[in-house]
Amino acid sequence: MVVSSALMIWKGMMVVTGSDSPVVVVLSGSMEPAFYRGDLLLLTNDLEDPVRVGDITVFKVEGREIPIVHRVIKVHEKSSDDTKILTKGDNNQVDDRGLYAPGQLWLSRSDVVGRTKGLLPYVGMVTIIMNDYPKLKYAVLAFLGLFVLLHKEN
Amino acid sequence: MHNLLSRANSLLAFTLWVMAAVTAACFLSTVFLDYTVSNHLEVNDIKIRNVRDYATDDKQADLATLAFNLKVDFSRLFNWNVKQLFVYLVAEYKSAENAVNQVVIWDRIVERSERVVMDEIGVKTKYYFLDDGAHLLKHDNVTFVLRYNVIPNAGYLRLVQSTNQLVVPFPTTYTTTRRS
Repeated sequence: MVVSSALMIWKGMMVVTGSDSPVVVVLSGSMEPAFYRGDLLLLTNDLEDPVRVGDITVFKVEGREIPIVHRVIKVHEKSSDDTKILTKGDNNQVDDRGLYAPGQLWLSRSDVVGRTKGLLPYVGMVTIIMNDYPKLKYAVLAFLGLFVLLHKEN
Repeated sequence: MHNLLSRANSLLAFTLWVMAAVTAACFLSTVFLDYTVSNHLEVNDIKIRNVRDYATDDKQADLATLAFNLKVDFSRLFNWNVKQLFVYLVAEYKSAENAVNQVVIWDRIVERSERVVMDEIGVKTKYYFLDDGAHLLKHDNVTFVLRYNVIPNAGYLRLVQSTNQLVVPFPTTYTTTRRS
């Protein structure tokens, strides 16, 4: 029941926001002091709405598992599907060309998987702790499992 | 029935409820406010050079240098749900190649505790104002706009455009001397 409603909410959010992953957890400090590690970001990915400078985009780079959350500082747009985008982390000294795939100088619209629209502080800390201490994750799961099995209905 | 575990559980659940409610109230109390401010902007001393650029298709691009004066008062914007402003100055123009060009030439993080009245004189560009090709020379419609991103403690990340904008004609000849 809980699992299926969580899945429903997730899929529903995917439909509403148009983004494959409507929420992300901030993992690095490159956007400080706007976003800290553990903040939860709410994303949309409206393809009708063009990417403009100042947007905080979430983009994927070939060869990197984890998407990056950085701000757009340059846009050269020939047409809506032929766009050169350059990004930079607010807290970084240089733009992101060093983070892109080797030889890649610009992002295109299809690299952008979402744009940050909302912020919830600290909520993502749980997942960071779980990832940093996998043993804790199993302990919590085991505890919850035991609780469900052993819990007496009052 | 009222053992330690169930008491701890209900305490935690109630704490989380209250925190969620306060966060929602914080968001709702500030989301409908007006965040627009006006500014005073002047752009001087525009020079254009034609330089080699590895990121442009034809490896040759127009680079503009300039200095600007900017006066803005952001004090009004800082309510309890504003953590930080990200202020940036954008140059926008059309060119023969691109329907939209937007280049951020300067930005600044404005935190709560910092001075919130900006009065900058003779600031040079923080990032290279480099075109995607050689279209800046004789360009008569480059628009400078001040925009900012209001970053809340929790809630909606708002992008705001300051009310004034500035259109400046660009020089008609290249500068060939070295950058000063």
